[in-house]
Amino acid sequence: MSVEVIKPGLLSSLQDGGRSGYAHLGLGRAGVMDEPAWRLANALVGNDANEAALEITLAGPTLRLQRDAVVALTGGIIDARADGQPLPPWTTCFLPAGTPLRLGGMRHGCRSYLAIRGGFAVAPVLGSRSTDLHARTGPLDGRALQAGDVIDTGNAEHAPWFRSRRTVQALRWGLDPQPWLDYARAPLALLRGHHYDALDVPSQRALFTQRFAVSKDSNRTGCRMDGAPLQLSHPLELISEATLPGTLQLPPSGQPILLLAEAPVTGGYPRIGQLAVVDLPRIAQRRPGDAVCFETIAMDDALQRLRARNDALQQLIRRIAQRLESP
Amino acid sequence: MTHPPGADPHDPSPAPARADGDAMTGMPSDIRLEALAEGAWLWRFGDTIDATVNARVHEAAARLRAHLPHVECVPAYASLLLRVDLAEWEAHGGPLTAERLRAAIEAAWRKDASTNVVAREVTVPVWYAGMDLADIAAHARLSTDEVIARHSAPTYRVAMLGFAPGFPYLLGLDPALAMPRRSQPRISVPAGSIAIGGLQTGIYPQALPGGWHVLGRTPLRLFDLDADPPSRLLPGDHVRFQPIDEDTYRQFAAEAGVTP
Repeated sequence: MSVEVIKPGLLSSLQDGGRSGYAHLGLGRAGVMDEPAWRLANALVGNDANEAALEITLAGPTLRLQRDAVVALTGGIIDARADGQPLPPWTTCFLPAGTPLRLGGMRHGCRSYLAIRGGFAVAPVLGSRSTDLHARTGPLDGRALQAGDVIDTGNAEHAPWFRSRRTVQALRWGLDPQPWLDYARAPLALLRGHHYDALDVPSQRALFTQRFAVSKDSNRTGCRMDGAPLQLSHPLELISEATLPGTLQLPPSGQPILLLAEAPVTGGYPRIGQLAVVDLPRIAQRRPGDAVCFETIAMDDALQRLRARNDALQQLIRRIAQRLESP
Repeated sequence: MTHPPGADPHDPSPAPARADGDAMTGMPSDIRLEALAEGAWLWRFGDTIDATVNARVHEAAARLRAHLPHVECVPAYASLLLRVDLAEWEAHGGPLTAERLRAAIEAAWRKDASTNVVAREVTVPVWYAGMDLADIAAHARLSTDEVIARHSAPTYRVAMLGFAPGFPYLLGLDPALAMPRRSQPRISVPAGSIAIGGLQTGIYPQALPGGWHVLGRTPLRLFDLDADPPSRLLPGDHVRFQPIDEDTYRQFAAEAGVTP
């Protein structure tokens, strides 16, 4: 069975948890930008944890599902219509064979995840079904969806949750996106980077008080922060060293760049901060023009928040599985 | 994970650890770990581009890959990224701190302190007829033949890979050939281009935008998703350039399925 791409949307790509173990060869991890949303999408359709999902940016694609399909959309709240009928977000849905699925604009957030029961059956590349758009590596030769693409999906047992198999349906329960989707837009937690002390004093203060805006010039590689430029107290002669998703670099323009899922494996700009892992999904859901503020966090607190988040996520995934067992 | 060059994890004769071990084992006495992110540390060996410092980075990476397979090692010029899957580590051994990681590094080091880490040697054939060869010669005030002789004389070392999958940053360029990057980067530099940027030389594994000066091309495919490992060059490899003529280049390129 397969999914046919009628319209590709703004930028839709297949992603999973990323491709690890190749950074020393110059190839980064890529993978989903909003990990909890992706995991929960898979959980809602009863998939294994690491199945690939479609990551959709701002404006969604139009797809045709060639067989009966069970799907879920999580992450940013996207307008979704199956055969004209609106689909509830963060909810397990059933689409009969041949149903056109139109994913439109996003009412909240920047990235949605479409999981399909059985997963997308594309061949893993170096152990992952993630698309590295920058390195052109992964499914579909490492590119985003195009009109005319036909993507195979995996076989799965028929889900017994839907009575009829002739109409578009949704389960009566869904997830509350509230804990997982950044509605409050509180400041993002930033660890101080190795070169934070090299900022001049006003810039050290500005980093944690200024309102930045997500630049239009942002993508899966990084997010440029518009705002009053930050300055170093003295020039630094740096040599390239490892960078990670979440690294906040300061190029000579003074506009910081927050590296994201497709972060280059090395970089030579001053590293003024590192976003806490728990807040990577929050920056992933900000759109160009959205405000960003940072607050400082210590490593111990960042680790504690990460463990708490992972525990909550695991617990929810278990509860979803139980609920799907006896709906 | 690929087998680290030269480090044999099955070496039957590990040296006994000694209390005054640093001089004996070559283990750095001061392992400077900087916390980068949750589960990620940077081990710094220096802050300059220097062959000796870089060699220590590769030695450490090889030893850790052999004995700490759960730690992902990413070498750069003078530092080594250590990335640990926190959930996996903590399932076995409780919270991971810099002290615990340091202890694990020291234990790994002692395991085969007697084994020398030997780097691989890779020969890269080059047809020296690049679009910037004449400019490089003019800048260096040398003939193009002298440029080729000087570029193919040294043994280089892959200091690190980055910029694109399989792109090696090579240490060892004759300073006479150093040349500042182009002020206007090209939109596309062809795959296989051997180029000079400042004091470094590198090879473009695929057609990429770039500001380095191109002096030749290799028919080798530097990054191949179907190969294991996918990169022809690994961090720490020794590299020699072997000048070849156009016919040989075309023959190799045809065999490798590379479009000349």
